[in-house]
Amino acid sequence: MESLNFVYDLLGKNIVAYILLALLPMAFLLPYALVAILGELKISAWIQERLGPMRTGWKGVLQPIAEVVKLLQKEDITPAAVNKPLFNLAPFVMFAGAYAAYAVIPFSSKFVPVNINIGLFYVFAISAFGVIAIVMGGWASNNKYSLLGAMRAAAQMISYEIPIAVAILAIATLAGSLDMQEIIYQQGGGFWNWNIFGGPGAITKIWVIPFTVTLFLIYFIGSLAETNRVPFDIPEGESEIVAGYHTEYSGMKFAMFFFAEYSNMFIVSAIITILFLGGWQSPFGDFLNGPVWQAFWFVSKAMLFVFLQIWLRWTLPRLRVDQLMYVTWKVMLPIAFVAFFAVALWAMIK
Amino acid sequence: MEYFKNIFHALYTIFVGMKITGLHLFEKKVTMQYPDLVHPIRDGLLPPTERNRIAVDMDRCNGCGSCARACPVDAIDVEMVRVVPGDEVPLFYDGTPIKTWVTKYTIDFAKCCFCGLCIEACPTEANRMTAEFEYSEYQRDKLIYHFERLTPEEAEEKKRKWDAYQAEKKKADAAAKSQKNETGN
Repeated sequence: MESLNFVYDLLGKNIVAYILLALLPMAFLLPYALVAILGELKISAWIQERLGPMRTGWKGVLQPIAEVVKLLQKEDITPAAVNKPLFNLAPFVMFAGAYAAYAVIPFSSKFVPVNINIGLFYVFAISAFGVIAIVMGGWASNNKYSLLGAMRAAAQMISYEIPIAVAILAIATLAGSLDMQEIIYQQGGGFWNWNIFGGPGAITKIWVIPFTVTLFLIYFIGSLAETNRVPFDIPEGESEIVAGYHTEYSGMKFAMFFFAEYSNMFIVSAIITILFLGGWQSPFGDFLNGPVWQAFWFVSKAMLFVFLQIWLRWTLPRLRVDQLMYVTWKVMLPIAFVAFFAVALWAMIK
Repeated sequence: MEYFKNIFHALYTIFVGMKITGLHLFEKKVTMQYPDLVHPIRDGLLPPTERNRIAVDMDRCNGCGSCARACPVDAIDVEMVRVVPGDEVPLFYDGTPIKTWVTKYTIDFAKCCFCGLCIEACPTEANRMTAEFEYSEYQRDKLIYHFERLTPEEAEEKKRKWDAYQAEKKKADAAAKSQKNETGN
């Protein structure tokens, strides 16, 4: 099998290469988080016809750096009544879970930190770390609002994992693989071969397109719930339960939760890109499809979804708890099953 | 059927909402970068009950101190000396001579409450309200505004002259008194 990793090509398989591989996603994640915070500030401002931050640097572009410095300077308070080991551990578990998923994200055909053949399953499994961390933090905080937020988060994230799982299963069936690189390779040769358009195949695939688009929507809605973004931000609903599971956190520990949320936003956007939009494949077949261009396409597509998440945040109101459960169990799950069967049928006969 | 209608309605309304917010994304922003630009309220849009910085026209001031007495927060500080006979005489704005030199006239705008009582109190209409409302400072001293026509040296000079005149007059009075006493005895 051809090499999948430019780091191994350059350095060979030694300890330096391993450490470098572990740090490379971080080198992407830190600037990405700054861009995403700035995007959140600016897009929210523009949607409300404000200007957003304008004073720090040119048009306020240095604002996220100021925010990070502010968070670093803040006092790190550990309230007296908390369960200290769990309280201090929770933000790190949250971030570890969010960062661990980057291990299998293929940024380009020449760069994926670890290429394992059950990459999708791994990401899906590792995303459960977030639930553990939130319940940990909420329970250890010894605060009714934190606990309420944690309970809501657990209920929400576990419920929404099911339609997401069905959507992932459908794509795995279509591609016949759980290996992300394999799924992306199959979607090569132009945007009409992407899984959102039924994957590669003859013109008869046209009847399956509504089902794959439905699965795409289900995955996207579910991913919003997974990352606790609006309209599924009931675990941290400010107007109801102060700030939910991170009410008692301050300073750097709060920053870890915050960072993990932005990191998760990119993870789910990356997965939706890999599953439905051809991952790092160029939309124009082999045109502009070198390894560096692939990284560009991948990050652009993922950032598009990050933008979409921010856009939705400033459009939709928060769901009520019963509406939340209604949406996942009574709407998304049955539709996901129907779409899954249709896609499985297509995978069988094609 | 109601079920599917609901789902499509939900999706449709989400897209309607996203269209609205998406259009607002590119709309002209209403924020004004206030201290960086001249606020349009200056273009004759100030309300009729505006309360702005006070200015004193020193050509009209005779140093009577009515404003200082009217001021409820003691922001105004007025000192004056009378003109020594034979010295140059300050002129009023219309050219009439007046009998006083105003040696000190300050308004502390850190104290000023913009009530406008000094304007009402002024017999010569020297105090007036301007349209200026943007004059914040980093140091409190800079908010003490000086309106004197005389330089500090000139003001000292006038005071010294007046004191000398007073002393001379006193001496003359004392001399006259002693003479009177002498003749009286």
